[in-house]
Amino acid sequence: MIGVIFTTAFVTQFIRIAVPYAFAALGGSITERSGVIDLALEAKLLFGAFAAAAVGHATDSAWLGIAAGLSAGALVSAVQVACALWFGADQVIVGVALNIVALSGTRLLLQLLYHEGANSPPAPAFGSVILTNPLVIGAVLAALLVPLAVRHTRWGLRLRAAGDRPEALVAVGVSPRRTRMAAALIGGALAGAGGAQLSLAVGGFSADMSSGRGYIAIAMVILVGWRPALAALACVGVAIGEALNIAIQISHATVFGDRIPSELAPLLPYVLTLVVLVAYSGRTRQPPEALGKL
Amino acid sequence: MSRDPDRQGLAVAIALLGSLALGSALMLCVGKSPGHVWWVMVRETLFLNEYNPGQILFRATSLALTGLSVSVALDAGLFNIAAEGQVIAGVVVCAIVGTALPPGTPAVVAVPLCLVSAVLAGAAIGFLIGAMKVWRGAPEVITSIMITAIVGGVALWLGNEVLFQNGTTTGVAIIPSAWLPALGLGGSAANVSVAITAFAVLALWWFRARTTWGQALRVVGRDPKAARAVGISVGRVQIAAMVGSGALAGLAAVNFVMGHKHAFEQGLGAGAGLLGISVAILGRLHPVGIAAAALLLSFLSVGGLATSQEVPKEISEMLQGVVVLAVACSVPIARRWRHAPQAPATVAGARVKP
Repeated sequence: MIGVIFTTAFVTQFIRIAVPYAFAALGGSITERSGVIDLALEAKLLFGAFAAAAVGHATDSAWLGIAAGLSAGALVSAVQVACALWFGADQVIVGVALNIVALSGTRLLLQLLYHEGANSPPAPAFGSVILTNPLVIGAVLAALLVPLAVRHTRWGLRLRAAGDRPEALVAVGVSPRRTRMAAALIGGALAGAGGAQLSLAVGGFSADMSSGRGYIAIAMVILVGWRPALAALACVGVAIGEALNIAIQISHATVFGDRIPSELAPLLPYVLTLVVLVAYSGRTRQPPEALGKL
Repeated sequence: MSRDPDRQGLAVAIALLGSLALGSALMLCVGKSPGHVWWVMVRETLFLNEYNPGQILFRATSLALTGLSVSVALDAGLFNIAAEGQVIAGVVVCAIVGTALPPGTPAVVAVPLCLVSAVLAGAAIGFLIGAMKVWRGAPEVITSIMITAIVGGVALWLGNEVLFQNGTTTGVAIIPSAWLPALGLGGSAANVSVAITAFAVLALWWFRARTTWGQALRVVGRDPKAARAVGISVGRVQIAAMVGSGALAGLAAVNFVMGHKHAFEQGLGAGAGLLGISVAILGRLHPVGIAAAALLLSFLSVGGLATSQEVPKEISEMLQGVVVLAVACSVPIARRWRHAPQAPATVAGARVKP
């Protein structure tokens, strides 16, 4: 059964799955570290995926598709921070509501633009291309650069101050609100890039194609204590689980002579998450102190 | 002090008007007159036949229960986004018990047994989340997401192992004596669960407003420190709230399995838990408000189908999310409305949330 891991098919599958998760988790950690609760990752993935497919289809350019995905993610973030920071709406509710809006909103757009209920017309597809897929390279770069930027740059310091000690930021003359808006826009664009990978990997958008990935990504961010590098790594773990499941289904691998139930194999990362939460929760890092507060 | 110090009624009114306006704008975008479409929606769903009002009741039954479920947890300051998973768990367990019973079981035994099994399945998941939160400090939002994902997979596995008839995603039917009779509204899916839900709404209203336990629940949610100071065991109340919350979500499964489909189907009950969050927020956590919110959202989805000749049904589906977003924004607006200026700001014009 271990053999399946060392095939090219597995590696490409795994990378294809890992990229949206990693982008979403990196985006989510930036937004949350600035003090804004980010349950709207699902909405950013969905709108990002739709925009990338729609623009990709219209222009036949993957690059413009990616740009549209980034913008769509940032746009969702803009709505999110407008509700949360201007109106003072409850951030958890805003996130969940945006996810509901995204689910039907992308279907409405499919209906209005293409008179289709479930699928968009074909867009440029990356398929199993790895090394020349700009989103894969972008995800690797983001996984390296985001943690460095959060930890070692002035921008990162302000970001963390906005999330932990907004009053300190005020003292040096920086607006926590503006810092958070900027952070949310960047975080949203990253999550939108994850959405672009969802639709451009298969060359088209289909309704609800994010299927809960945004929720899983934010869970990973919290699980690892809001550290972007570890969040991306945790997402790699989830992706390995999913890719392994696909490989097992294809190869009919067995453990101790029994067929592994294909429904249960992909649940392993979630069970592991629960185990880690229960075992280490008391000792994991605390959330940003001003998270969710105005 | 007025009865509604936070002006929740005003907030909901603002949100409904805003959503109505957005919906109308979308209808204009697709080239239809909003007045006409709204009128057709009201006429088709409420006055033309018995089927559509019945469907509204059927949908509202599950939504009211999941809304109550989310509200009980929120009352205690916990966000139960696992209502989705709790409904699915209830659906599977209810179907398994309903098919496992010997065919001759009388209804007086079969109905309570199936009902209780669905409730217990939801409650067990609620307990798990509450216990992980209180005893191990695991954030309930994350454990909820994980458990909902796990329940979905396990439900599919159980379906394939024991319930689904060869090759399909429809399970074996539960024994007929465990079926809840339909109300017979034009062949709609509305069934006796409506009465169970109405009872739950009233019971919860009484519990919240009139009992010490209900008060304790809300004190824990509003101010855990104060609760501790007056000798309430915050952890115990939170676990109890999650158990109750899960039980209510599990009860929603009764409407699907015993009242409507009489079998487990892949995807049965999906979405009810997530929309329950909308219902609870729109109903401002008040049981009667929740019942009204459930009816409103159900009206929108049935109305969307009824007017799909005129405008895409996705418009009214989207409004179900928009209205929640609008309420979330209008609650702070209504609270500030004609109030004296707030206490001096702590952070750049922003007040730290109470």
